[in-house]
Amino acid sequence: MDGFVRGRWFLPVALIFGLIFLYGPIASLVVYSFNESKLVTVWSGFSVKWYGELAHNDQILNAAWLSLQVAVASATGALVIGTIAGYVLSRFTSFRGRTLFAGMVTAPLVMPEIITGISMLLMFVGLEQAIGWPPGRGVLTIIMAHITFTLSFVAVIVQSRLAGMDVSVEEAAMDLGARPVQVFFLITLPLMAPALVAGWLLAFSLSLDDLVITAFVSGPGSTTLPLVIFSKVRLGLSPEINALATVIVTVVSMGVFAAALYQYKRSKTLG
Amino acid sequence: MTHPSVRDSEPWRDPSAEAQIKIDHLVKSFGDTRAVDDVSLRIHRGELFSLLGGSGCGKTTLLRMLAGFVTPDEGRIGIDGQDVSRVPPYERPVNMMFQSYALFPHMSVENNVAFGLRRDGVEKGEITRRVGEALDLVQLGPLAKRKPGQLSGGQRQRVALARSIIKRPKVLLLDEPLSALDKKLREATQFELRTIQEQVGITFVMVTHDQEEAMTMSTRIAVMNHGKIVQVGKPNEIYEFPHSRFVADFIGSVNLFEGRLKECFADHAVVESPDAGADLAVGPAGTHAPGAAICVAVRPEKLRLAKPGEGLDLPNRLPGRVRDIAYLGDACVYHVTLDSGKVVKATAPNLGRWDDQPFARDEAVTVGWAAAASILVDP
Amino acid sequence: MSGLVKALRSRLPGRGLVIGAPYLWLAIFFLVPFLLVLKISFADSDTTIPPYTPLFTMGDDSALQITLHLDNFIRLFSDDPIYLLSYLSSLRNAAVTTVFCLLLGYPMAYAIARAQPSLRPVLLMLIVLPFWTSFLIRIYAWIGILKDNGLLNNFLIWIGMIDEPLNILNTQTAVYIGMVYAYLPFMVLPLYATLEKLDVSLLEAAMDLGARPLRAFWAVTLPLSLPGIVAGSLLVFIPAVGEFIIPTLLGGADTLTISTQLWSEFFANRDWPMASAVTVVMVALLVVPLMLLQRAQARAAEGAAS
Repeated sequence: MDGFVRGRWFLPVALIFGLIFLYGPIASLVVYSFNESKLVTVWSGFSVKWYGELAHNDQILNAAWLSLQVAVASATGALVIGTIAGYVLSRFTSFRGRTLFAGMVTAPLVMPEIITGISMLLMFVGLEQAIGWPPGRGVLTIIMAHITFTLSFVAVIVQSRLAGMDVSVEEAAMDLGARPVQVFFLITLPLMAPALVAGWLLAFSLSLDDLVITAFVSGPGSTTLPLVIFSKVRLGLSPEINALATVIVTVVSMGVFAAALYQYKRSKTLG
Repeated sequence: MTHPSVRDSEPWRDPSAEAQIKIDHLVKSFGDTRAVDDVSLRIHRGELFSLLGGSGCGKTTLLRMLAGFVTPDEGRIGIDGQDVSRVPPYERPVNMMFQSYALFPHMSVENNVAFGLRRDGVEKGEITRRVGEALDLVQLGPLAKRKPGQLSGGQRQRVALARSIIKRPKVLLLDEPLSALDKKLREATQFELRTIQEQVGITFVMVTHDQEEAMTMSTRIAVMNHGKIVQVGKPNEIYEFPHSRFVADFIGSVNLFEGRLKECFADHAVVESPDAGADLAVGPAGTHAPGAAICVAVRPEKLRLAKPGEGLDLPNRLPGRVRDIAYLGDACVYHVTLDSGKVVKATAPNLGRWDDQPFARDEAVTVGWAAAASILVDP
Repeated sequence: MSGLVKALRSRLPGRGLVIGAPYLWLAIFFLVPFLLVLKISFADSDTTIPPYTPLFTMGDDSALQITLHLDNFIRLFSDDPIYLLSYLSSLRNAAVTTVFCLLLGYPMAYAIARAQPSLRPVLLMLIVLPFWTSFLIRIYAWIGILKDNGLLNNFLIWIGMIDEPLNILNTQTAVYIGMVYAYLPFMVLPLYATLEKLDVSLLEAAMDLGARPLRAFWAVTLPLSLPGIVAGSLLVFIPAVGEFIIPTLLGGADTLTISTQLWSEFFANRDWPMASAVTVVMVALLVVPLMLLQRAQARAAEGAAS
C-alpha cells in the first residue's frame, strides 16, 4: 500500500467526516434531551424533567404501546412470508412467473412509501366494498400493510444467507436419510437462524418507524407512535420528543451490541 | 484383514460373477451437452473403483447419479439387483463423502456422525456405541464434542468419512476425497483410506482428477472423457496398455510417434514413422491391419540413452541430440531432439550424484527401446 | 445445486404451495393495488364513499358501460403547471441527492474497503446503525441543528464566522442536507460490496506498469466499481423521488415535491382520483429505474454464484 501514501490522509478523513455527519444529529438529540429549557437548542442547565413528562404523556405512551404490538405482529408475519419468499428466490431457479415474483419482492425495498401507501389503501377500500373485509381501516390493515413492505427486507436477507451457504450440506443430510422437510428443519433453518433474527429485527424496526404507509391505512383509534411524533414535530421542536429519541437510541444501541456479541461468539464456534 | 481382498480374486475377470453395481446405458444431458453419454459399468463388491478424468468429463455427474442427486435421462442403475435409478437419495443404500466434506457446522462431531442413524430411528444406546466405534476407527474419539469449525482440514475429512460409513451403506461414494488436503497428508491418507475400506468391506466408488491418487488406491480405474468411459482396467493395465492415444497421454507422460502399420508378425509389428525418421519395431499389432494409420506410444522411463559409439542392443535406435535436462532429484528427464526433428522425453534414474551426469546438453546421443516397451494406439 | 433442486422439485408435494403463498400475498397486496390505482385514476371525484365514480356501470339496456375520465391527466399536464413543476422538482431533488451521496459515499466506502479486515465489520456496522433508529426522529434532529437559533448557527456565530444567523431551515438547502443524510447508507453499502471484492493486485499491476495512484484509480478502480455506483445510485434515486417526510419537515415555501402534492390532494382535498393519477405518473417515471435496478441485482446475484 506504499503507493497510496500521498492519498493516505484523504480516505480516513472522508470516512470520519461522513461518520460525524451520520452521528452528529443523533448525538445532539441525546445531549439536548437533558436540557432544562423548553427552547430545545438553548442550553439552560441539566435536567431529566422531560423524561418525567414523557413518562406521563398518555398520548405518546398509548401510541408507543400500539406501535410495539403492531411491530411484533408485522415482523412475525413478515418473517414467515419473507423467509419462504427468500427460500423460493434462492432455491427455485426456474418456475413460471419467477421474474415477476423477483420483481415484486425487490420493488417494495425502493418503492416510495407514498406510492405503496395510497395503492394499499385503495386495495383495502376496494376489498371492503367487494367482500366486506377488512372492516374499515385500523390495526388490522396497518399490520397487513406493514407485513407487505417489510417482508421484502426479510426475503433479501434470507436469500443472501442461503446464497452463501454450501448446498452440499443439505445434500449430505438428504444422503444420510433426511427427507426434504427434515432437511429444511434440521439443517437449513438452523443455519439460517442469524438471518432470521436479523430479518425479524429489521422488519420490527421498520414497522415501528413507518409513518407514510401507516398514515394512509390507519383509521380512527389506530394512531401509532410515528403519527403522534409527526403531528408534534410539524409544529416545531419538542423536548419530550428529544427524550423519546434518546430512549429509542439507547434501546437500539443495546440491541445492536447484543447482536454483535452473539454474532462474535457464534463465529468463534462455527468457524 | 477380515475380508478376502478383491485385489487378489479379481472377480471382474469371471464373466459368471455377479456385479454389485450394474450401470446400463446411462445418459444425462444438461442443455445441449451430454454430461454422461451412454455409460455402462460393472462394479464388484469390495472394490475401490475410481472414475478418473479431467474437469467436465462427466465423472461427477455419474457419481451424483449413483447418489440420487441427479436423475438419469436414460438407462438404469442397479445395486444388488435392485433398480435404484428413481429412488430418492434418502432411500438409497448408498452414502456419499463430499468434496467440501459438507459437515453440519451447527452440530458437534458426534452429532454429525450420529445424524444418519437418528434418521433411521436407531435406538439410542446403539447409536452411542456405533458413533464411538466409528470415531475410534478414524481416531477422532477425543474430539467428539468439538464443532467442525474447531477442527483441522485432516480432522474434518475424517469426520466426513466416519459420518458416511456409519450407516454401513452398500456403496460409499467419494467425491475428490483428498483434494482439500496438502500433499504430505494426502499421500498418508491414501493408504489409510485403502486400509479402512478393506476393514469395513464397503464398496468405494471414488471420483478423482488426480491420476496418482487413482493409481495408488484403486482396484480398477475407469478413465472418462467427454461423458464416455474410454477404458476400464487395473492401474497397471491402464498405464501399460492404454487403448487409445487419449488414455496414453492422460495417464503419465508418453512419447507418441505417428505412422502407418507396415508389417505384422506373430510377436511383433513394424511401423513406418516419418515422425521418428525410421521404421519402428513394436509389440504385436493385435486387431490393427497393415496399412492402417497408427500411433506408437512409449513411456519416457522405457527409453534408454547411449553415447553414439556405444552398442545399444535394442531394435529401435534413433540418433539425436540432448536439448535440455530437467533435474527432478530422483531422476532426470532428458529432452532429446531426434534427427527427424521430433523431441522425445527420456527418464533416467539418478543412480549417482549430479557430478556423474552421463550426458550433457548438446551432446549427441542414441535413443533406444525394446519392441515390447512400446504399444500401438489409435492415432 | 441443480440436483437438490430437482430432488425438491419432484419430491416436495408442497412446492406449489411454497411458491404460491408469498406469490399470492405480494400479488394481492402489492401488484393488484397498482392496477386499482390505475383504474381509479380514470374515475371522477365524487362525494360518495369511497369518493370516486365507478368505472364500470350497467347501462339501462344492461350493457356494460365503461366511463373513462381523462380529466385528471389533462389537469396534470396542461391545466395546472403546479404538477409538472412538482415532478420536475422531485426529479431534480433526487438527482442532486444521488450525486452528493455518491461524492460523499464513495470515499467512505473506499476507506472501509481498504481498512484493516478486522476493522471493516465495525465500520460497516457504524454505517448501517443509523438505519435502525427512527427515520422520523433523525430528520427531526436536523430541525434543531439548522434552525435560526439552532446548533449550527450558534456554533458559527461562536467561532466568529458569521454575525447573523443563516436562514437554512425551511429552504431547499435544508432539504438537500436531510436527503443526503438519510440516503447516504444506501449508497455506501453497495459501493463497499463492489470495492471490497476488488483485487488489490490489479491496482498494483497498474502502478507496476507506470500508472500513478490517481491514474490507477481512474483507469482501474472506478470502472470496476461501476456496478456498485449504478446500484447505489438507483437505491438512492428511486425512493428519493417520492420522499415525503424530509421536504415536509425541513422544506419551506419554495420546496415543491410531488409527494407533498399528492399528500395534500389525498388528505386535504380528498380527491382520490386525482391523487391516483399523480401516483400513476410517478410510477411511470420510476419504471425504468426500477427495471435497471432489478437487472443490476440479477447480474450481481449471477456474479456471486459463479
